[in-house]
Amino acid sequence: MYLSQHPVDLATLIAAAQSPERGGIACFLGTVRNHHHGREVLRLEYSAYAPMVEAECARIVAEAQSRWNVAVALKHRVGRLEVGDAAVAVVAASAHRDEAFIACRHVIEELKRRVPIWKREFYADGAVVWVDSTAGSQAGDRPQDCFDPCGASQ
Amino acid sequence: MTGTVVSTITVRVLLFASYSDVLGLDSLELTIEKPATVSDALNRLRSLPGGERLPAKPLCAVNLRHVQPTTPLSAGDELAILPPLAGG
Repeated sequence: MYLSQHPVDLATLIAAAQSPERGGIACFLGTVRNHHHGREVLRLEYSAYAPMVEAECARIVAEAQSRWNVAVALKHRVGRLEVGDAAVAVVAASAHRDEAFIACRHVIEELKRRVPIWKREFYADGAVVWVDSTAGSQAGDRPQDCFDPCGASQ
Repeated sequence: MTGTVVSTITVRVLLFASYSDVLGLDSLELTIEKPATVSDALNRLRSLPGGERLPAKPLCAVNLRHVQPTTPLSAGDELAILPPLAGG
């Protein structure tokens, strides 16, 4: 399962990706920031389209593992998270560091681009807002409108 | 007496996060004339209260895969309308 209600345990993911022939292990940990566009963030809530998260993460991991000689482990948390909590972790293990770094970066970027997870931020001023990275740009000119999902998931 | 036989399909539509908030529901059954595409289903959604607030080209998925607006729909499909993604 790529999605979890429980705290992300990096050691478990490293153990899942590690093997005697894979000496280089790259890790990415995404944690909850205390600010967003100059506003103080108290906490946030992640929600997800869980069945598709599992399917899309499986495709991303399979793509990375077929493209590079790596083993990938991945976990994303949902529910209420406090500042400093880990929301996502990616581990890529390879024989050497180059492929581990590249695959780790690729997986987190594809996750952000393709995996259906949403985040609601709770601000110190009392506001509660769904995070929209496309807000402020023109309709039809937004990055996600230009996203070619069919091409990306081949 | 002969008449035109209109055949339809029913799909399940899922709404999430901000889109669920603006339409006030998180799922519905939609019956539409065939042949139908994702775009046809979106046009129907726009006629619902709050539906006018959906963007011109939202991200969509059918049966757990990202699709384009031109993707055809079949009876029983699960169509998910996805607000801007914010994972990670």
